[in-house]
Amino acid sequence: MQHLTLKELQKKLRGGETTAVEAAQKVFTQIQKHEPVVKAYLQTFEKDALEQAQKADELLRSTNGAAADKQPLLGIPLAIKDNMNLLNTETTCASKILKGYISPYTATAVQKLQAAGAVIVGKTNLDEFAMGSSTENSAFQQTTNPWDRARVPGGSSGGAAAAVAADECFGCLGSDTGGSIRQPASFCGVVGLKPTYGLVSRYGLVAFASSLDQIGPLAKTVADAALILNVIAGYDEQDSTSVKQPVKDYTEFLDRDIKGQKIAVIKELLGDGIDDAVRQTIQTALDGLRKQGAIIEEIAMPSFKYALAAYYLVATSEASANLARFDGVRFGHRSKNARDMLELFKKSRAEGFGAEVKRRIMLGTYALSAGYYDAYYLKAQKVRTVIKQDYNKAFARYDAVLSPTSPSVAFKFGEKVNDPLSMYLSDIATIPVNLAGLPGISVPCGTAGDAVSGTVGDAVSGATGGLPVGLQLVAGEFAEQKLLQIAAAVERGSRFERIRL
Amino acid sequence: MTISINDAGHVANLARLDLSAQELATYTEQLNQILAYAQELNKLNTDQVEPTYHSIETGTILREDKVIDFPNQAGLLQNGPDVSGTSFVVPRIL
Amino acid sequence: MTEYEAVIGLEIHTHLKTRSKMFCACSTEFGKQPNSSACPVCTGQPGALPVLNQEAVNLAIRCGLALNCTINKKSVFARKNYFYPDLPKGYQISQFDLPVTSNGFVNIQLPDGAEKRIGITRAHLEEDAGKLVHQGAEGIEGATASHVDLNRSSVPLLEIVSEPDIRSAEEARAYLDKIKSILQFAGVSDANMEEGKLRCDANVSIRPAGQKEFGVKVEIKNMNSFRAVERAIKIEIERQKQVLTTGQTVAQETRSYDEAAGRTVSMRSKEESHDYRYFPEPDLLPLLIDDAWIDRVKKELPELAEQRIRRYQDEHGISAYDARVLTLDKAVSDFFDAAAKLYAGDKKSIVNWLTTDVLGYLKTENLELSQTKLTPENLVEMLGLIDNQTISGKIGKELIVQILKTGASARQLVETSGRRQITDESTLQKIVQEVLAANPQQLAQYRSGKTALKGYFVGETMKKTKGQAAPQLVNQILDRLLKI
Repeated sequence: MQHLTLKELQKKLRGGETTAVEAAQKVFTQIQKHEPVVKAYLQTFEKDALEQAQKADELLRSTNGAAADKQPLLGIPLAIKDNMNLLNTETTCASKILKGYISPYTATAVQKLQAAGAVIVGKTNLDEFAMGSSTENSAFQQTTNPWDRARVPGGSSGGAAAAVAADECFGCLGSDTGGSIRQPASFCGVVGLKPTYGLVSRYGLVAFASSLDQIGPLAKTVADAALILNVIAGYDEQDSTSVKQPVKDYTEFLDRDIKGQKIAVIKELLGDGIDDAVRQTIQTALDGLRKQGAIIEEIAMPSFKYALAAYYLVATSEASANLARFDGVRFGHRSKNARDMLELFKKSRAEGFGAEVKRRIMLGTYALSAGYYDAYYLKAQKVRTVIKQDYNKAFARYDAVLSPTSPSVAFKFGEKVNDPLSMYLSDIATIPVNLAGLPGISVPCGTAGDAVSGTVGDAVSGATGGLPVGLQLVAGEFAEQKLLQIAAAVERGSRFERIRL
Repeated sequence: MTISINDAGHVANLARLDLSAQELATYTEQLNQILAYAQELNKLNTDQVEPTYHSIETGTILREDKVIDFPNQAGLLQNGPDVSGTSFVVPRIL
Repeated sequence: MTEYEAVIGLEIHTHLKTRSKMFCACSTEFGKQPNSSACPVCTGQPGALPVLNQEAVNLAIRCGLALNCTINKKSVFARKNYFYPDLPKGYQISQFDLPVTSNGFVNIQLPDGAEKRIGITRAHLEEDAGKLVHQGAEGIEGATASHVDLNRSSVPLLEIVSEPDIRSAEEARAYLDKIKSILQFAGVSDANMEEGKLRCDANVSIRPAGQKEFGVKVEIKNMNSFRAVERAIKIEIERQKQVLTTGQTVAQETRSYDEAAGRTVSMRSKEESHDYRYFPEPDLLPLLIDDAWIDRVKKELPELAEQRIRRYQDEHGISAYDARVLTLDKAVSDFFDAAAKLYAGDKKSIVNWLTTDVLGYLKTENLELSQTKLTPENLVEMLGLIDNQTISGKIGKELIVQILKTGASARQLVETSGRRQITDESTLQKIVQEVLAANPQQLAQYRSGKTALKGYFVGETMKKTKGQAAPQLVNQILDRLLKI
């Protein structure tokens, strides 16, 4: 049962073919079985989850399933990334500085999941403060890729992607600042959706880069992602950057064909720097789309080569301020070695933050400091405008633009950890999307090559064969329905099969 | 533009990070690498370009001036590393 | 010796009169238990986000209009980054290069009666920080620990920055008085410096008279009253003169005013000055204000001091000087308006009582009008008793102090103390005759031409009646009796 999709489970629950308690139990059995290797969760809530599942069952029983009309996720076991607040649970952001922090409130998106009846089973691992592309920057544990335990799950929502791929939940909320939902989704062979900036409330999501962060679902299928989006999308008066939008059903277009849809392939993201195996898998997926009647053309996005630098300046600048509240005064780690206030600040932060976080705080602080603001921060924000303009031009002619989600399949542990720039480059395709605030999705479109050696899931192989490849689609702002429609077509047209642990 | 160890030390102080000499040296080198990469941006002429601080172009939302008491003040204090009564305690300020 | 001219600019921070905080729904009420007016937003919990209070913007617009400022259609909030234990987020949300209002002015009255225009560079919105309570000592020095209370964190502030148009400590004081009056009359703030609802920093430099370039600027902080601002500026100007006349140069720095020692002390040099790393606040979108909004605020804009001064002169024939005195404090002006409505007689007599007895009392007792028991009703009641000659003005001067203190009714005071005015002619004539009889020497001198002694007899009569004699009647009787 844990291998079902969210949509399938939804149907069975409603039809009384199974119970929420059974679903939750299956999930926890799966967790017990595979967590020793996968290590996707930082904490699980078995007791609470089973209680909630029981309540869900009572509701379903007493209403003959009708309760699920009002609460579409009733009884569905879901997880959240551990950078979202959930009242009276620990929220660590995988950082020592927040170890033991008990949330005094619940994030809006999480609260919406609860209101829709979802059963929260646990909080998943991430790169510390969502800074990273491999989840290796977690202060607590290394999450492994369910497809190959020698490889990273991607990041920063690596725990979320691994938990979904390993069927340790039926979907998970992640956050995406420069690709943190889509890249791990790609590495773990699941669907990852980053909604338009402003569609999902950020209230309660621990901020990394406020103008780029967005919460979205990681799910087993495109339809599952749409079902979760239906619940979490919408205006929130507690988030000033959330946008008033008419309520939409994001599953509405999923079954429509894509005849005549115009899709642009980004030239720069299928050339140098992209692994051959990835390129070939994408080409195959393109054939699949053409077969379904889509019109595929190639376009140039000349500004994209500036996106990575602009991103790191903007994101780290905002992060340097966002992480200033971790000062040892009101919560979090406080150094025992401080003699006065200044030392308390400096030592608490130095002891609490990991290397990558410190590196980014340093970069961001420098980029904002007197004399450098114009050259770095302001310049980067102007580049952002140019990137947005390039997208606007594309969307004047195309329904979506397409690229690989990441230049490579999942890489090995330690491969990039000492070379920040090469690690940053793995986000080259996802970053422009955040800079422009657009919706993007990663859909598994196949596996690299055919050379699968050994048993999938147990493989500790050097070859990249058999590892999932994600295809990224990007649409115009608030065009999630169309984005999901085309993503569903990619899913239908590809030969990809989810891993079964 | 390159950063010296001294510059990095100044930045670390601004950011209130107590870094070891070793850390400072590493970060100085890595920041220089990243900033060298960022020099690429200068190849793009942006003289006539307005910055984008937000991808949203509307104005900010406003809240009615209404008092709503937060129901979980105990939850705000429970995380305090040093609390006396209902106050957070910090060492003296130099 | 070189004549020096001071160049002064003031930065005034004033609390805005809102019910809830700037960026969250916590109450702005003061004096509550530490951290009881607190929530995830104003304590900087991870993941919390700010949402702007509409009323804070209304008040900023209102103040901008009263300061003759341009209301900017688009303004931007920025993060001002620095670490301090009372600053929960590690940055203050403020406004930097695009403030909500800018380019205004106010006219101040100089001691010689002339008017002078002081430019307002900008008035921008920002949030306040929390409060540190130092333990184990009176002040920060010697304290062993500090307690952080975030009740004040994120209370809305307006920072009003003047142009460097002020030339003396007295002008600075006049400017402060003016701003306070505007803030109070516009209903923007209580502007009470002693309660910390108004704070002021001064930028002071001096230059040889006639020189165009500015001298080196020194910022002065920690002035806790209007008087302190005036004194600190005076002291700082003298200090800078001293520095220059001894051939040294003034250092660009921030200095702290030490009221007890009567001097300013260096806090930090320019090199140590903060690098605030301002950048646009990504959690808030630009604040957009359209004409309709400005018009709405304009319509609601209360009558300001200038308008009241004109009205007092036009409607009640009050002198320009008295009208100005009445409007120095909005509470006094409001009191006058209320009393004038109740009182049928000449409004000038209300003015006289307010500007002399009442304001005098407030000054000696160091009180605000609201801290007394005087009401428009009980004042007007007393004026009525004077008008119908139940009591004399002199008795009134005694009664008003009691009314200020206890709020008692004048009529009752008169009844219980029996201090009713003696208006019965035959009673009074008898008393005057006794006075004359008791002072034969003075009477003889009067008769020999020293007519100024009449005042002496009036005084003696008043003394004998404990001030209850109706003065006009005493005069009439004396005139009659002395002729004989």
